[in-house]
Amino acid sequence: MSPQSNWCRCTSCHAGYGWKDKKFDFTSQENIDCLVCHDSTGSYRKFPTACGHPAYEDKKFGGKDVKAVDLRRVARNIGPSSRTTCGRCHFYGGGGDGVKHGDLDSSLLKASKALDVHMDIKGLNYSCTICHVTKAHQISGRIYSRPAPNKHQLALPQDDGERLACESCHGLAPHKKEPLLNGHTDKVACQSCHIPFYARGGVFTKMWWDWSTAGKFTDDGQEIVKKDEYGNIVYHSMKGSMGWAREVEPEYYWYNGAMTYFREGDKIPGPHESGRSVALKINALKGDYADPRARIFPFKIMRGKQPYDPENRTLVIPYLFGKKGTGPYWGDYDWGKAAAVGMKEAGLPFSGKIDFIETEMYWPITHMVAPKDKALVCEACHSRNGRLASLRGFYLPGRDRWRGLDGSGWLALGITLMGIVLHAGLRFIGSRRRGGRA
Amino acid sequence: MKVKIYLYTRFERFWHWAQALLIIFLMLTGFEVHGSCRIFGYAAACRWHNLAGITLLGLSAFAVFWHLTTGQWRHYQPSFYNLRNIVGHYLIGIMRGERHPFHKSQERKLNPLQALSYLFLKVFLLPVQLLSGLLYYYYNDWVSWGVTARLDGVAYLHTAMAFALLLFLVVHVYLTTTGGTLLSYTRSMFTGWEEVED
Repeated sequence: MSPQSNWCRCTSCHAGYGWKDKKFDFTSQENIDCLVCHDSTGSYRKFPTACGHPAYEDKKFGGKDVKAVDLRRVARNIGPSSRTTCGRCHFYGGGGDGVKHGDLDSSLLKASKALDVHMDIKGLNYSCTICHVTKAHQISGRIYSRPAPNKHQLALPQDDGERLACESCHGLAPHKKEPLLNGHTDKVACQSCHIPFYARGGVFTKMWWDWSTAGKFTDDGQEIVKKDEYGNIVYHSMKGSMGWAREVEPEYYWYNGAMTYFREGDKIPGPHESGRSVALKINALKGDYADPRARIFPFKIMRGKQPYDPENRTLVIPYLFGKKGTGPYWGDYDWGKAAAVGMKEAGLPFSGKIDFIETEMYWPITHMVAPKDKALVCEACHSRNGRLASLRGFYLPGRDRWRGLDGSGWLALGITLMGIVLHAGLRFIGSRRRGGRA
Repeated sequence: MKVKIYLYTRFERFWHWAQALLIIFLMLTGFEVHGSCRIFGYAAACRWHNLAGITLLGLSAFAVFWHLTTGQWRHYQPSFYNLRNIVGHYLIGIMRGERHPFHKSQERKLNPLQALSYLFLKVFLLPVQLLSGLLYYYYNDWVSWGVTARLDGVAYLHTAMAFALLLFLVVHVYLTTTGGTLLSYTRSMFTGWEEVED
């Protein structure tokens, strides 16, 4: 899935106007949508299929009325960005509330302390930009393809203002009452313990998205939309099967701040050496135990099935959104046609064959920081079958042991105790024979 | 005829019982940190284990000083005299109610088997356990110290010594019942006085 050939749908979430094809001019100031970030009325929103433009007149989308934006009112009420403006895109990425990120959804608009200690509206009430410090419209972020700057293990503001981290404010030894915990900060990211579960605000996040089942209709050709008991769409003719969850336990991996990405045209690696096929990683994490910059970090993993070209071994870029009859999947429901158009637009070869491959995408979990009394307890990881049970390659006290050693130790204890029982028994019998004297 | 002799001085008795309590506590907390049991909760077990370990290290420093300055270290000089008979006594003689072949005195209060096993405890088991524990405790400073040990290696050594100490403790406690009465040896470790055959 890619914006290519689907520009006007995807670019409704990008801070520009009129990104309708690959010729979009990123250097033109006229293309920048100031209002999407600086509206303070909460009424400005881009129309979902208008290439980044808002609705200038009353329109319909998905059968629902979308009123024209009152641009005069919005223009008179510009202000700093807010959770509402940032969240308009970042809470709804992937086509709905909480779909992409597991730790960003509309529940943060009115966050309680239990949901996020920093964004608690009755407490610190931070806006996004308190942490995502912005200078001249350059917004600080955390996750890029490059690791922490210079030779440092962690990103601190003095090293690189564009990358922020918990440590930027809290430092490397933030646990005053429990100094033992500070011994963890070199190998365990703050988020691993302090975000015990994500999607905690009530909104479900999408965990599974199987495109291979899309395109089924009722006998009379009607779209099928199935929902679960909470109202989450679990099947949609356009999108296939979906799985949702909330209060989700993250998965943990070594991560040094860098990722590699599977890009358009990249060859899909063959099946695993063992013969077992493994999911294709859309992004792969860098770092391991031996890497001094890597720490254990929590992730949401979006799993699913996506169409690919089994002959060229590339993911296909389907043309999803467009006029019926021109080949869009969401119109003609033919993956072959949709891929042919999309791959042509992307300038990539396409064999005409379509199959589906399981994919994984790693989403770092860094928001929804819980109050400290809700942080993970030691046993969550320091136990035989804790959260880090499958993260191998290093010794974790409480989890790991040398089975042979422990087994021999307990066996030796057992034999010793049996010997003692035998010895004491013989002593007892001997003393009885002698008339009770020791 | 039986006489009472003063074998264990006040410091020795304090040191023995403090060490006993610390070692038992270290085993409980240590095996919890190791994942073998759940008693105090991991955080408490870890914290108390470290504290008790440091305390035992401090106590051991005093004990070493005491042994050297009082000359008590001489009791631990290895001796193989009559060792065969002593082992035989524990295996067979004791069942028959025979007298212990070793004669305790203020000059030599430990029988050769005791002296050997306590020496092994003092110069090998405890030092290795205390030092590996200390190294484990300072795990976070290894990089700055230039230590290239592997945590699993240190942990395995510490675990192996823990099992050895556990076995020592079990056998040691059992053998305290082999005096005149089941509790007479224990009593003398509290009072310092022991009744011996003249």
